[in-house]
This record gives sequence, structure tokens and C-alpha cells, in this order.
Amino acid sequence: MEEALAALQRNNPEGKILAGGQSLLPLLNLRLAKPKILVDLNGISSLDGIREAQECISIGAMARQSTIERSSLVRERCPILAEAMRHIGHVAIRHRGTLGGSLVHADPAAELPAVAAALDAKFEVARGGMDRVIPANEFFIDYLTTALEPDEILRQIVFPVLGPSCGYALEEITRRHGDFAIAGVVAIVDLDDAGKMAEARIALFGVAPTPVRVHKAERALLGQEPDDNAIRDAAALVQDVLDPPGDIRGSSGYRKHVAAILTARALKRAVQICRARRIS
Amino acid sequence: MTAKCAIELTVNEKRYEGLVEPRMSLADFLRDQLGLTGTHLGCEQGICGSCTVLFNGETVRSCLLLAVQANGGTILTIEGLAAKSNAGDSLHPLQQGFLETVGFQCGFCTPGMLMTAYELLNENSSPAEDEIRERLSGNLCRCTGYQNIVAAVLWAAERLRAQSDR
Repeated sequence: MEEALAALQRNNPEGKILAGGQSLLPLLNLRLAKPKILVDLNGISSLDGIREAQECISIGAMARQSTIERSSLVRERCPILAEAMRHIGHVAIRHRGTLGGSLVHADPAAELPAVAAALDAKFEVARGGMDRVIPANEFFIDYLTTALEPDEILRQIVFPVLGPSCGYALEEITRRHGDFAIAGVVAIVDLDDAGKMAEARIALFGVAPTPVRVHKAERALLGQEPDDNAIRDAAALVQDVLDPPGDIRGSSGYRKHVAAILTARALKRAVQICRARRIS
Repeated sequence: MTAKCAIELTVNEKRYEGLVEPRMSLADFLRDQLGLTGTHLGCEQGICGSCTVLFNGETVRSCLLLAVQANGGTILTIEGLAAKSNAGDSLHPLQQGFLETVGFQCGFCTPGMLMTAYELLNENSSPAEDEIRERLSGNLCRCTGYQNIVAAVLWAAERLRAQSDR
């Protein structure tokens, strides 16, 4: 780790970190990126591992996506993270692809940044002995851009464990299974004993340069009976705040339209899961 | 030009040493230095899946792994698949399945399909058709012969189950 940090410092800002390589190596193969120095983090064992701590799960930045997908600890305590993995590329990609690599690459269409945003994850970052913690809402800055400095290494990501009755759902629309999402949403809800919304989190991806938390829609749901009307109103609020870019895979209007539909679907499924968990 | 690195790895149960530029992909190393040209390179950006090999027991895109990163590792390529047949057959049941059901047309994607299916059948001896389709969704066949490829994997799964019952 010290060696990697020193190499980045020596070559600042020309050094580039190689994690799982599933986004960077295509860019190198296509000669779209030509970094002077590659610092390979594979083999730094302190960056691996999934650990349970008080009220949270911390996962090393180099933990493989397929390892996290199969982890019983993650499935039990942070199920949305395991569910999100299934949507990333394909099995062979996830065997190499890392949690930290996807988060730092910060592709707007990627699932993991939205999961981190929805869970208010914390990013623990190392730079030559100086560590700092960046909250998710300050980590994603712009298209493919994070708050990470060129000589910093993401060490681990801390995901808070939410209440045991929380319902989670991820919905996305892609051309084919494993493709990047045209639009997608992560919804997390919890209900109180009266069956009213006690917690609501909505984070969208593929609709802006960074993941988008729609606090306005989340607040509107609190205290409400989670029926079709409340969910439709929340989805309408989501649609209102979005101004997605259009590209070859979908126009701005199309993305806005499906974002609302996916939000309603995700909220409905999350509520169903929450109800089932409260009974069991 | 960066200095070359010495690497050592086990491919299909055989030990190899090589001297490679750090930027060389594992796929290029297998094909150009070891002459194992059964691993095919299609897109070189991780999309098509034809370069899929097993690295330390897990499928990877060999175009997205540098040869130096594979140093010390164990690789299984299509050339080593037949030897994994546990009944001493000259072909692995998956290879036989592709023959039986005509699971290929031009054959370019076949090595990647076989390695991907090999991992699936190791994990799950009775995959449902939709599980096979989902797993193979990361491997593109531009002859679009998917029906017969799925049939081949089902054939192989049945053969493997019959062998292990014996």
C-alpha cells in the first residue's frame, strides 16, 4: 500500500490506478487512455475483505464484485448491494471487477454509485499517511469524476446496515442483460407498525452525470400509506426534478418517462419486500 | 519502451515461463508466445467473451487481464478442456455436446462459450435453460446460433450427471 501511494505521489498526476481492469483495460486496448504509469492494486491484500462492524459493513475497495454478490454477510445485512451486482456486466466481468473500481470510475449508468448514494455510504481514502473520509453525497462530482485526488487510493467503503425490516429494490432498463442501464433506480423503504412509510430512499442512475437522490420525493412519502397513489405521486416528483441527457440509447424525454415508471416499480417491490420481512 | 518482465504460470497443467512487456494482455501471451491460438480475440474490449479462459478457477476475459497480472497463476484454456473430461473421453462432454447438437456455425465464439459453460456446470450440474441463457449472455455469437448452443450445454449437463451417477 505504501509503495502504491508513493508511486502515485511520484507520478502525480500522471499515474493511473489499475483495479479490476474491466473499464480501464478496454480504454487502454482502444488507445483511448494512455497513462504514463499504471499502479496495479491487485495483490494488496489489505484492500480485500468484507468486514462487519457496528451497524455497518465495510468492504475493501478491491473486493471482487462476484465475491460480494456471493457473500452471505452482504446478502443478509446489505441485500441491495448483492442484488446490484447481478446487473453488472457478466460473471466473468464480475470475477475481476471490483467494488472500488466501479465506484471510482463513476460511470453515470453504473449501479454501484447509486447504491452507495442510496445508503449514504462513506468512502475511506488514503493519501501518503493521511486518511480522510468522503460521504457519498460529496464523492460523485461529475461525469466519470469523483472527489478522489490523483494521488489518493480508495481504501474501503463503509455501508450502514439499515433496519432489519427494510425493503430494497433495484429496477433498470437495458437493451440486453448485463448492458449499461439506459435508466435505473434504487429504492429503499421501511414501514412503521401502522404500515406507514418510516423511511424512503430513492437514488437514480443513468439520468444525470452523477447518481441522483430525490429527497423531495423521499420526504413526500414519509408518514404516508404506501399505496398506488402515494407511489405515483413520488414517481411524478422524481420525473419533475430530472433533466436527463439524451444519447443514442435514449432521448432525454424517454429517460425521464422510464425513470418515473422504474421508480414506481422499485418502490412497490421494496414495499412488498418490507411487508414480507415484517411478518417473518 | 518499458523493460520486459519475467513471468511464470501454469497453463493447462503445464508450467510456462515468459518474458513480456507489462502492457501485453494474457490473451496475446497465450496466443503469440505460447501458440495456444484456441483462445480467440474478438472485440478486445471485454464485450464479446470469445477470449474467456479460467484464471485460478474463475472465468475471466483474457483480453482484460495483463499477462504480468497472471504471474504465478493457473490458467485453463480451451486446449486443456478435453483433459478435464473425467471419463477418459477424448472430448469433454461440453465439446461432445456442441458436436451432437451442432452448437456452432463459424466456431469463432465457441472457445469462450465452452469455458463459460464449463464454469456454470461446475457450479450447477442441472442448470435450467434460462440460467444457461443468462450465463451465456456475456458471450456473443454473431452467427446467432444460440438455440443449439443452449441445447449443447443441456446435453453436456445430462451427460455429466449420468457419468457421476455411474
